[in-house]
Amino acid sequence: MSEAKKFRAGSEGIGARGGEERVDAAAGGEAVELSGRRAGLWADAWRELRHDPLFLVAGFVVLVFVAMAAFPGLFSSVDPRACDLSRSLAPPGGGHPFGYDLLGCDYYARVVHGARVSIAIGVLATGSTVVIAVVLGSLAGYFRGPVDTVISRLTDVVFGLPFILGAIVLLSVVGTRGVLEVGLVLVALGWTTMTRLMRSSVLSVVNADHVSAAKALGASDARILATHVLPNAVAPVMVYATIYVGIVIAVEATLSFLGVGLQLPAISWGLMISDAQYRISEAPHLLLFPGLFLSLTVLSFILMGDALRDALDPKLR
Amino acid sequence: MPSTRNSGEVTVDIEVASETPVGPGRPLLEIEDLHVEFRTRDGVVKAVNGVSYNVRRGETFAVLGESGSGKSVSAQAVMGILDTPPAHVTRGRILFAGEDLLAMPEDHRRRLRGERLSMVFQDALTALNPTFTVGWQIAEMLRIRRGLSRADGRRRAVELLDRVRIPGAVERVTDYPHEFSGGMRQRAMIAMALALDPDLLIADEPTTALDVTVQAQILELLAELQEENGMALVLITHDLGVVAEVADRIAVMYAGRVVETAAAHEIYQAPAHPYTEGLLASVPRVARRRDRLDAIGGAPPNLARIPAGCPFHPRCGYERPLCRHDEPPLYPVGDGRGSACHFFEEVLDGRA
Repeated sequence: MSEAKKFRAGSEGIGARGGEERVDAAAGGEAVELSGRRAGLWADAWRELRHDPLFLVAGFVVLVFVAMAAFPGLFSSVDPRACDLSRSLAPPGGGHPFGYDLLGCDYYARVVHGARVSIAIGVLATGSTVVIAVVLGSLAGYFRGPVDTVISRLTDVVFGLPFILGAIVLLSVVGTRGVLEVGLVLVALGWTTMTRLMRSSVLSVVNADHVSAAKALGASDARILATHVLPNAVAPVMVYATIYVGIVIAVEATLSFLGVGLQLPAISWGLMISDAQYRISEAPHLLLFPGLFLSLTVLSFILMGDALRDALDPKLR
Repeated sequence: MPSTRNSGEVTVDIEVASETPVGPGRPLLEIEDLHVEFRTRDGVVKAVNGVSYNVRRGETFAVLGESGSGKSVSAQAVMGILDTPPAHVTRGRILFAGEDLLAMPEDHRRRLRGERLSMVFQDALTALNPTFTVGWQIAEMLRIRRGLSRADGRRRAVELLDRVRIPGAVERVTDYPHEFSGGMRQRAMIAMALALDPDLLIADEPTTALDVTVQAQILELLAELQEENGMALVLITHDLGVVAEVADRIAVMYAGRVVETAAAHEIYQAPAHPYTEGLLASVPRVARRRDRLDAIGGAPPNLARIPAGCPFHPRCGYERPLCRHDEPPLYPVGDGRGSACHFFEEVLDGRA
């Protein structure tokens, strides 16, 4: 894969200038090949991912669900709230591939519209978590000392709270539970792992020579952080964030299932699965379809994260 | 410190020697009784123990010593890039053009870095940011420190790469560090260190990671650039061959102390410290081909437990009872020369 690059570095060295560069290129050949992967991290990762069938399939599924969340009308023209009690619990068939729910609403339309909540919570909560993690993690890892102590101990305290239990407690005291409230609770309880990851990643980059070099050339702390530390430290966090979208979506569904997540009349996969639990024997399709969509979404994000991690890890190439 | 430079010096001809006078007068860099220790879990490691040396404007000053002698740590203390904690400067002064670097506000000190004193690292691959192109990194510095536009910064980056003899500089500015060979990376690093035209360049083992042919080229380049700029060069190295080639004066370090300081040719003619003598004897020479090299016996001291008296006495052929108790000061040996050995006269005479 780095064959072309290697050739280029080598040939230019030889052609350009007499004796030194020839020796130089020969000696540097191995280093170029070894380090090439690390240096063009994102470019190399992308080249790798484009040929990874797992990533392509997972990415495609994610795109479909994102489109479903943004434009449900593309997938179903039926109003998910236009219900006809006479069709209550009718099984799939005849233009209504997923059948009907208890209230006689078109289940396919409801499952399609349910994507919005899941994707919205997944993306928003993960996005906010990444922002918090990157800011706190870099401050702690870069400045160390008291800043690190405060941030790390706070992280430890929050990390000690059980995620689901904490969410149940917090959400059960909130009056109305919409996407915003559920999302906020997930961010408030879930930022710790990613912050720790970011901190350790920054710690490993801060000791790199190019950070000392930037300092020796008079760069300010802000600049060192922004151009020398962050770009070299975010990769693990990006991998985890991709996986985390899936985790958040699953947790939202779990909370809704447990009755402390979203509330009716919101349309959400978690709520649908929750409603389905009492009628599994008579109307299994009520559990099957939202469950399938949920699992597919979560799985796709996790597979994407996995593929990204592999692509960013030079040792696996 | 009023700077005679104007800030918009895009067009200033880089080939013109800088206005700083070369020659006697107050030294550019004066290190006085510098102490640096690392406070680790296993105890206090005394890396630098009372180092003093001066660097004059325009000269090449070599700091020679093996790993752990404190040569790099003292340089990092000058640059202010020690990791604190664990490193702490516990005593001493570092005067740069008369100003104490250790006493000035950090912000002031930061502005001196790059601008007036600059540094080149051993491994240029890790010393360049892997995520940006070489040209971008040089231009970024010029944009921030000199207020150049993107286009001007890039143009200047090409000039600088050209100045450090990187062939095809116009095409190479858009290359990433990993697309450069080892020698060219070091050249790029030097270009970056010289971008703001500093008065003092510290080169910390600039050639150690390179193969021998390239080493010579880099040294030659440094010497040429130094002459063009009239800047002072502090060359930190463990390689006596490197020193012989370019240095005007030398400080030999051992266990965080300067054990001998002298003009380069004096040291090669007649070392005044047993450690220097040992170093010289351990250099392989084609002319004196033998089966064995005269390596210095024993190992460098553990800096957490430096021997009492002269730190070199356990490895020294001139060792006497005195050496075990009395730490020798830097005795003056003739004009501007010093040796931290009680028996420097014997060493000078070559009587072992």
